[in-house]
Amino acid sequence: MYRSNVLVCGGTGCTSSNSLKIVEKLKEEIKAKGLEKEVNVITTGCFGLCALGPIMVVYPEGSFYSMVKVEDIPEIVEEHLLKGRIVTRLLYQETVEEDTIKSLNKTAFYAKQKRVALRNCGVIDPEKIDDYIAVDGYAALGKVLTEMTPEQVIQTILDSGLRGRGGAGFPTGLKWKFAAANDADQKYVCCNADEGDPGAFMDRSVLEGDPHAVLEAMAIAGYAIGASKGYIYVRAEYPIAVKRLQIAIKQAHEYGLLGDDIFSTGFNFDIQLRLGAGAFVCGEETSLMTSIEGKRGEPRPRPPFPAVKGLYQKPTILNNVETYANIAQIILKGADWFASMGTEKSKGTKVFALGGKINHTGLVEIPMGTTLREIVFEIGGGIPNGKKFKAAQTGGPSGGCIPEEHLDVPIDYDNLIAIGSMMGSGGLIVMDEDNCMVDVAKFFLEFTVDESCGKCTPCRIGTKRLLEMLEKITKGQGTMEMLDEMEELCYYIKANSLCGLGQTAPNPVLSTLRYFKDEYIAHIVDKKCPAGVCKELLQYTIDKDKCFGCGMCAKKCPAGAISVTDYTAPGKKKPAYEIDPSKCIKCGACIDTCKFKAISKG
Amino acid sequence: MQKKISSIPFSGTPEQEAKLKEAIAAHLDDPGAVMPVLQEAQEIYGYLPIEVQQMVAEGLNVPLEEVYGVSTFYSQFALSPKGKYNISVCLGTACYVKGSGDILNKLSELLGIEPEECTPDGQFSLTACRCIGACGLAPVLTINDDVYGRLTVDQVEGIIDKYKNA
Repeated sequence: MYRSNVLVCGGTGCTSSNSLKIVEKLKEEIKAKGLEKEVNVITTGCFGLCALGPIMVVYPEGSFYSMVKVEDIPEIVEEHLLKGRIVTRLLYQETVEEDTIKSLNKTAFYAKQKRVALRNCGVIDPEKIDDYIAVDGYAALGKVLTEMTPEQVIQTILDSGLRGRGGAGFPTGLKWKFAAANDADQKYVCCNADEGDPGAFMDRSVLEGDPHAVLEAMAIAGYAIGASKGYIYVRAEYPIAVKRLQIAIKQAHEYGLLGDDIFSTGFNFDIQLRLGAGAFVCGEETSLMTSIEGKRGEPRPRPPFPAVKGLYQKPTILNNVETYANIAQIILKGADWFASMGTEKSKGTKVFALGGKINHTGLVEIPMGTTLREIVFEIGGGIPNGKKFKAAQTGGPSGGCIPEEHLDVPIDYDNLIAIGSMMGSGGLIVMDEDNCMVDVAKFFLEFTVDESCGKCTPCRIGTKRLLEMLEKITKGQGTMEMLDEMEELCYYIKANSLCGLGQTAPNPVLSTLRYFKDEYIAHIVDKKCPAGVCKELLQYTIDKDKCFGCGMCAKKCPAGAISVTDYTAPGKKKPAYEIDPSKCIKCGACIDTCKFKAISKG
Repeated sequence: MQKKISSIPFSGTPEQEAKLKEAIAAHLDDPGAVMPVLQEAQEIYGYLPIEVQQMVAEGLNVPLEEVYGVSTFYSQFALSPKGKYNISVCLGTACYVKGSGDILNKLSELLGIEPEECTPDGQFSLTACRCIGACGLAPVLTINDDVYGRLTVDQVEGIIDKYKNA
């Protein structure tokens, strides 16, 4: 027994800001003070509040130290762990209230969250199977194998109302039912951990923080559909997740929880890892399976659906990491418990990755039906630097931008589609007044043009044409007719593309056209970018009344576009300068040079 | 995505070739072996010149066309060598809205190379990468295994100088 447990976040966010060095230093200091038998140091998965990383929590007090530096460690060990005096100065300030210290769960960031898929992230050591077993790990697999028939398992998942968390929201139980109904000598259970949506990192956090939950759920799925083999297709860009999965698979084998004759029931199940190689289209189910087969990850038409002919032409189910992370809890706590959370058609919770212009970047898990306003302004802590909220982007390159007027819509699969976006895998990027919505649409189209596999024409050529039109608009060469052409092309691409990538690729354009048409018009008619992002449309001007006539800007200007005028402002000694817009290359060198803030762009 | 194919002559060592043969042998019975073997080959050689792809094709007994198809399909496979320090700038959405595009431009200007290129002295290569999932630190860049987060354009030059003088 240890009297204190120190949990340090070992997720990608905190590791990137050196949390592993903190662990090293902690162990060193604890040893130096002779406390190694009293204080235990645990490297955990992600706590969620990445903005404050590196994060360290000391139990039993529950003291939440944020933005910890290696230099702070000796003080924390000496004061807190040795003498029992919490170092208030280094705590997350929201937990400090005058003389008392608030529980973490009462802070704005955590109070509204409900952690189901993330329940063990930041709680257990993901590299120790005993930690997972101590929190009821593998109990669901035991229950399924010894007390339930495959049909009962599928019925439980159906009753829970769980829908796929990867984006499309297909009922998970139904998928399993279809695959179970097909007889074959070999079936497969696959896990989509190819989290390609830029700005989403919930799957990575589950794999890094609770890898056994995924393995257990895959084994349960294997039992339900009659499969003995599983594949996890994971992004190679997630080295920590890959390493922890490898450790977890090895440990599960040692404990007899994977392999042959699990729990002496005669059930065999084994899992292999496959690393992706950076192709967004491989998140699509048929592409992913083709890629596991070692080929170019191109999609193919459906039907036949994977439940009939999937990996190696055998019945296959594919679920996303977060979906699997819910399974064991549903089995243990019952379908009714899960179905009691959420909205009528979307049950349970959803994890969102908050990013962009928001104070608390990080991971949050909330019951379905929570509003965007609650997520952005309460849990997320609002927009930094007093800027104004402009849009929230969900669903990544397949989703859309949600404007302020829809902030009070309860989030679920169907509501998001109704307002022109989609759930997607759960990336939620907040944009403020400094972001240009035409530029954002262009950014996503650049992504899809790059990632289109090229197999079908509507996607390959259609997205390219869309991008060309967007480029013209951001350069001030657009016409009003172009807006109608774009919209028509968008619907054509959506209707005719082969797979989900093409069918959803126009969404960023459609949703920005729908809610931010005035910005498109400003680019086309006024030749102005209201947010000041599109370089070609920027105008640099010198305020002649502020100009001291020092001439520094004219010296710095690489294009020779700045010259002296014959106007001298009242109170100034030298004449002011001006910029010739026809010569200006909009490099911004003059703004950086001017000490008097006399130059502006807009 | 169009890939840049290197014109630098291939200079593999016998040790590397032996390692590659080992990797091929380990995957011979695996039905989907091409990708894992190419991933290991890239670990060994740093990139996938056509000579290496040829060895993989012969070793696994699949047509070179298939190996080439795979190596050009996935963005992670590089057909030209990387610099001693490979700089990856994250262009995921979270980083992009916080200005990672400007950081990439600044690097391009400082190093005199475009993304996916390598400086003539072989010191630096520049890549625009997809989300690395450190969105809490946006905007982010990595140099080999070092991660730099919460960046501003002004910091870029100082970071590069650290490696130039290393």
